Amino acid sequence: MSVQAALSRLRTRRAPRPPYDGWRELVTPEGVDLRLKVGAYAERFAALLIDFAILFGSLAVFSLVALGVFWATKATWGSEALGVVWLLGVFVGRNFYFLIFEIGPRAATPGKRAMGLRVAAADGGRLTADMVFARNAMREVEVFLPLTFFASRGDGVDGALIGLGALWSLVFVVFPLFNRDRRRMGDLVAGTMVVKAPKKVLQPDLADTERTASRGLSFTPAQLDAYGIKELHVLEDVIRAGDRKAMAEVAARIRGKIGWEGPGDIADRTFLNAYYAGLRGRLESRMLFGHRRKDKFDVG
Amino acid sequence: MAELHLKSWRFRAEREADWRRLEKLLAKAEAGGAANLRRDELLEMPILYRQALSSLSVARSISLDQSLTAYLESLCTRAYFIVYGARTRLPERMARFFARDWPAAVQALWRETLVSFVLSAVAAVVAYVLVQRDPDWFHSFVEPGVASGRDPTATTAALRETLYHQGTASESLSVFATFLFTHNAQIALFAFALGFLLCLPTAALLVMNGGMFGAFLALFVSRGLGLEAGGWLMIHGATELFAIILAGAAGFSIGWAVCFPGERSRVDAAAEAGRRAATAMAGVVVMLFIAGLLEGFGRQLIQVDYARYAIAAATLLAWLAYFYWPRKPAP
Repeated sequence: MSVQAALSRLRTRRAPRPPYDGWRELVTPEGVDLRLKVGAYAERFAALLIDFAILFGSLAVFSLVALGVFWATKATWGSEALGVVWLLGVFVGRNFYFLIFEIGPRAATPGKRAMGLRVAAADGGRLTADMVFARNAMREVEVFLPLTFFASRGDGVDGALIGLGALWSLVFVVFPLFNRDRRRMGDLVAGTMVVKAPKKVLQPDLADTERTASRGLSFTPAQLDAYGIKELHVLEDVIRAGDRKAMAEVAARIRGKIGWEGPGDIADRTFLNAYYAGLRGRLESRMLFGHRRKDKFDVG
Repeated sequence: MAELHLKSWRFRAEREADWRRLEKLLAKAEAGGAANLRRDELLEMPILYRQALSSLSVARSISLDQSLTAYLESLCTRAYFIVYGARTRLPERMARFFARDWPAAVQALWRETLVSFVLSAVAAVVAYVLVQRDPDWFHSFVEPGVASGRDPTATTAALRETLYHQGTASESLSVFATFLFTHNAQIALFAFALGFLLCLPTAALLVMNGGMFGAFLALFVSRGLGLEAGGWLMIHGATELFAIILAGAAGFSIGWAVCFPGERSRVDAAAEAGRRAATAMAGVVVMLFIAGLLEGFGRQLIQVDYARYAIAAATLLAWLAYFYWPRKPAP
């Protein structure tokens, strides 16, 4: 066996993994793939910052209130209870803020919710309390350890050690960038991942053909064959965005491409709407016959 | 003239009401858990969910309206998480944790527990021997902050004083207890979380902890206060040291799974070990809370050595029986 053959055998032993594209399949027990989007690093970082702002903000307010009560009462019996309440409050805040929110039905802290994120079990099963506990116990090394290193100061050897420690703890910070599902170490240990779960509203259907037909706008099959699915989706985005200038530009482009000879005094929006409905009808009926036309270059 | 409409338009018009209904139920359930739903709504949810799922697969194959498929994907995902989400309520979950999950998790960690016990014990013995030979070693094992004056330079009388120190009214026992609890809980969480890094940092933490214990003991024994110091340490130490050993064991089990995943992939092995260890760790926090109470209140209020030893033995026996008493396997 030649060296090259051996090498190629070595290479083929492992099935190549699909490259990172931000999507992750999640097949429900009913057999439908929900196609989850993995939460991006930047979004998760932003969510963490929001959570920290909330957490430290409320801890600061809490401490101020405790201090205020202490000053106001000046009672010795009060200071003891206050000390206990403060220590426990800080402890509970630091360790259970994330836990309590993620165990709830939304499985997301306020920061995550603001960024449209939530925690999910990586295997698509149910998210259990143990998983949430594990991923947040790991937060201790991933977030608070680097913070401790960056906050400490030292001279000479101490300084060098702190620098090395900070460098080492950076590994935790960038860890999510080096795996496909952007999981941090806590996610790996708990078997969880953070996915996008935005709330979408149902927008009106643009292909209201009854209305457009009444305007007397119709297109020949040849005119409708000018574009494919990709262009249809771009057109949908343009109409939904509703930007007058963009619509005028796109309408002019389409009119030129299909050699439009119908009435010229219709509003761009009406024209685009009608063309959208016509194109979608054409593409959808061809799809029913098993031909999915990707884009305008797809003529096979 | 319905014939003029696209198939996908009619498809949507026929089902839209159901989707909206599901959306409403979801908003209600997300706001306050499934308990928020009425009985009939609860029964309706899975049916609507399956309808939405089938709508999604149909929409994917016949509709080119991308906003519609995106909406259905988001709707189905939300419903999926509610329908297949954990449905136990917190009190039930807590009851199951104390009755079954916690002891089971600790039992499953018996090998790692043994290892971390041996590590701590060896470290304690080594520290004990070293400090007895040369008291200067004491400073290598115990940080000055923790020792707070209890070091070889202190007089025997001062050391005895610390063992039977009764907090004056101005000094607050409860604050001290709370501080100890939060401090120890943080250390235990570290021991657990660092286990991921191939066990080594966890081992180092256990050795440090054991060494500190041995050094303290050696110091007090050298002044003829061994018996008294034992009672002083063990009244809460039986619980606290056990908890830290369990935290170390939890850390080890994760590190071990990462090093030697066996048939599974490393990630799967780590996740499995992590979940089991997390259950044990939640219990460790409870143990440390009890230890903090014993340390802060029990030790200051009970000044008789034998009573201290009795409490230590009783708590240790109680923990051992609770964890390792054979139970019927879970149904």
